[in-house]
Amino acid sequence: MNGIARSMLTTLSTFMRKPVTRDYPVVHKELPKTDRAFPLLLWDHEIDEPFCTGCHACERACPVECMTVLMKDNPNHKSLGGDSSRRKIIDKFWIDYGRCMRCNICVEVCNFEAIAMNNTWTGHETSVYDRRDLTMDLQQLLSQSRAGKINEWVPVIGQANEDPAAVKAE
Amino acid sequence: MVASRETYGTEFETQDLLLNVGPQHPSTHGVFRMVLQVDGEVVKDVIPHIGYLHRGAEKLCETMDFRQGIGFMDRTEYLAAFNAELSYVMAVEALADIEVPERAQWIRMILCELNRLSSHFMFMGAFGIDVGVFATPFIYAWKEREQILDLFEEVAGDRMMYAYFRPGGLAWDVPHNFKARVREVLKSTRIGINDFDGLLTKDEIFRTRTQGVGVISAEEAIEWGMSGPSIRASGVPMDVRKDEPYLFYDQIDFNVASRTEGDVYARYSCRMEEMWESVRIIEQCLEKMPDYGPIMPEKMPRMLRTPPGEVYIRTEAPRGEYGIYMVSQGGNRPYRLKVRSACLSNLQALKDMSVNQYVADAIIVLGSIDIVLSEVDR
Ligand code: SF4
Ligand code: SF4
Repeated sequence: MNGIARSMLTTLSTFMRKPVTRDYPVVHKELPKTDRAFPLLLWDHEIDEPFCTGCHACERACPVECMTVLMKDNPNHKSLGGDSSRRKIIDKFWIDYGRCMRCNICVEVCNFEAIAMNNTWTGHETSVYDRRDLTMDLQQLLSQSRAGKINEWVPVIGQANEDPAAVKAE
Repeated sequence: MVASRETYGTEFETQDLLLNVGPQHPSTHGVFRMVLQVDGEVVKDVIPHIGYLHRGAEKLCETMDFRQGIGFMDRTEYLAAFNAELSYVMAVEALADIEVPERAQWIRMILCELNRLSSHFMFMGAFGIDVGVFATPFIYAWKEREQILDLFEEVAGDRMMYAYFRPGGLAWDVPHNFKARVREVLKSTRIGINDFDGLLTKDEIFRTRTQGVGVISAEEAIEWGMSGPSIRASGVPMDVRKDEPYLFYDQIDFNVASRTEGDVYARYSCRMEEMWESVRIIEQCLEKMPDYGPIMPEKMPRMLRTPPGEVYIRTEAPRGEYGIYMVSQGGNRPYRLKVRSACLSNLQALKDMSVNQYVADAIIVLGSIDIVLSEVDR
């Protein structure tokens, strides 16, 4: 009987502990900056256009081929009297969130830091009634960064933390 | 003919019944189907049907370069994805002859052991339900597993499909407070394991239910090619971490948990002891891990190519030996990839373990070998 009594005691002892659950839809856990939901395109606030030049690098590197990229000539380029240095710019962009496996590869291959993983709650709460609604177009992909509601974090692959002591010694 | 006490049971011309369990049955831990041939309550034969979750991950990886393949390896063993990734990147590193920096190896080791803890917690919870200790242990296990997954999220960015190990090291560095966070998690984990000791290990009802059930002898277990805690419970102290140390397991002091009974309870308590060992391993790793340092060799090409060759790399995943056999003919993708999954071999022994047991016992036997169906079918 000792064992059973001990089981009961274990259960009883948890009454003394703090609850670990959260009142989820009301209270959201704070997400770390490394958190990965789905990829988003970033907005260049200085020039007021997307960073993305439509170079297809991410499209080719995506393992599940869930991206579609179309580029166009940038009407805002310097040679045309605009103030952007991007000769080409993104025209249409689709990412099928239903197929994306959140592997971060598109972020790694982009040379323009134009794409980042969404690390806010909007990326996790993407349920829809029709799976076709999961295919995001350019406007949807850009809107969050344009509104400044993303905690931008683009990792540099293989970069180690800097040792604060070594930095001070320099 | 009137049944009398003497002729009871012989006058009925009974037939064995085929009882279908699964593929969508809560106790089969995924989409696994088994057909039980039962005589009354006693199992006479087990016919397992696997393949419901076959996604062709091995074949798919042959069309992927080495970085793209990592994500698919995660999904072959989703409860211990770090361990699966580890085998894959170690195979690539062996082929391409890459030296991994020391610090990256320590971090890999810590994460793999934490993953073993989270996977074993999952086992404890699900096994509790199989045995009939209703939701209490399951929720306790979930609570502890949650702490570990939170840490993984801070480090690797995802809770289950990490894609964090890269050929050569790690994708990015761990947060600055990594060591403190691991210690914090270990503190709660220790309480959690203790809880399980109190809830299940000593409980008489639990022991009566599990001891002497589903026995498999050491010889049979070896013949079926079992590995991991399932074979160690039969008295074969086989552990890749000890036998063929990879990473820095040779610098760590730990015991291989083993039992001799070979029954369901032995498999359970073997895992229990392994969890304590994992905690010990992580503590030693934290002592030895340097705070700062490179996590990838200096010169890594953007697109990794390997010379032709073949390797077999095996590591000790929570469920047993997880091996990757990789053939390369040069270029940036494997020519052939084969995953040696522990679950598939362990599952084959199911018949030997559950014949002449009751139906309810067949369920806990299946639970005790802790299968992940995505690893069985790949
Ligand atoms: S997101 Fe980056 S890699 Fe993809 S098309 Fe745009 S610029 Fe190229
Ligand atoms: S995260 Fe991976 S799967 Fe998703 S779009 Fe980017 S490359 Fe494709």
